[in-house]
Amino acid sequence: MNQMSMNPVELQKKLITAARANPPGREVPYAFEKRVMALLAARSLNGHPVLWLRGLWQAAVSCVAIALMIGAWALFSPATDNTGDLSQSFESTLLAAVDQGAQTQ
Amino acid sequence: MERTEAELIAAVLAGDAASFEPLVQKYSPRVFATARRYARRESEVEDIAQEVWLKAFDKLKSFRGEAPFEHWLMRLTVRTCYDFLRGHQRNRESAFSDLTDPESDWLERFVTQPEAVSENAEAARLLVARVLERLSPSARLIITLLEIEDRSVKEIAALTGWSVPLVKVRAFRARAEMRKILVKLPKDKYL
Repeated sequence: MNQMSMNPVELQKKLITAARANPPGREVPYAFEKRVMALLAARSLNGHPVLWLRGLWQAAVSCVAIALMIGAWALFSPATDNTGDLSQSFESTLLAAVDQGAQTQ
Repeated sequence: MERTEAELIAAVLAGDAASFEPLVQKYSPRVFATARRYARRESEVEDIAQEVWLKAFDKLKSFRGEAPFEHWLMRLTVRTCYDFLRGHQRNRESAFSDLTDPESDWLERFVTQPEAVSENAEAARLLVARVLERLSPSARLIITLLEIEDRSVKEIAALTGWSVPLVKVRAFRARAEMRKILVKLPKDKYL
């Protein structure tokens, strides 16, 4: 086939006419609308975990905010008089239960 | 009593999802016919149609009822088809060397006797599908809407969301792109 002998404008016209003469079919697969409705229903059901996730995320944000507030309050609150040796107070508190147990025996 | 389209839409918006089904049933043939212009495989056509209806359900709030529901749905369909074409761009680089015998015969007859070849031939239909597949997404959309569906520039602008001057520029480029492909067609096959 000689490339020079072909008229692309004419070929374009022919092919466009061919496409116009063969419009696509309008057939719809069996029960397509049921499938779409099932998909929509499944999607709304799947929406529940999203709601849960959103709720948990909001709860986590609230917890962090409360922790920050308590931390700030502990940091900036005026110091009380019973500021002895922190490590000793901690140790006696922690071992109080052990001491009590030893005394009862 | 059969409910009107406006009543069905109002019911869906009020939370009655089941009222969406008659709309899907009524307009699916048009959605499928449009999708078949852009996708070859039936599985792809179904995917497009499904996506159109899911989008339609999600965006139904944006339908203001000033124009018919069908127009709104067609805009959505055309835009979904365009997104599909853009997503499948890499598939369009197939060569013309794999033309079938009837397609090659039709081309040869066109070269020797352009007036004698029939546009109704199956080979011509397959050939035009091949050529359209090689076009860029915007060119394919424009050629389909403007040349094959014979729509006006204004209609295309409304369907695609592009401005009228942009449609004109893209139409000019699309025709040039198609001619370039057609010139390459016999070259790919025989050289």
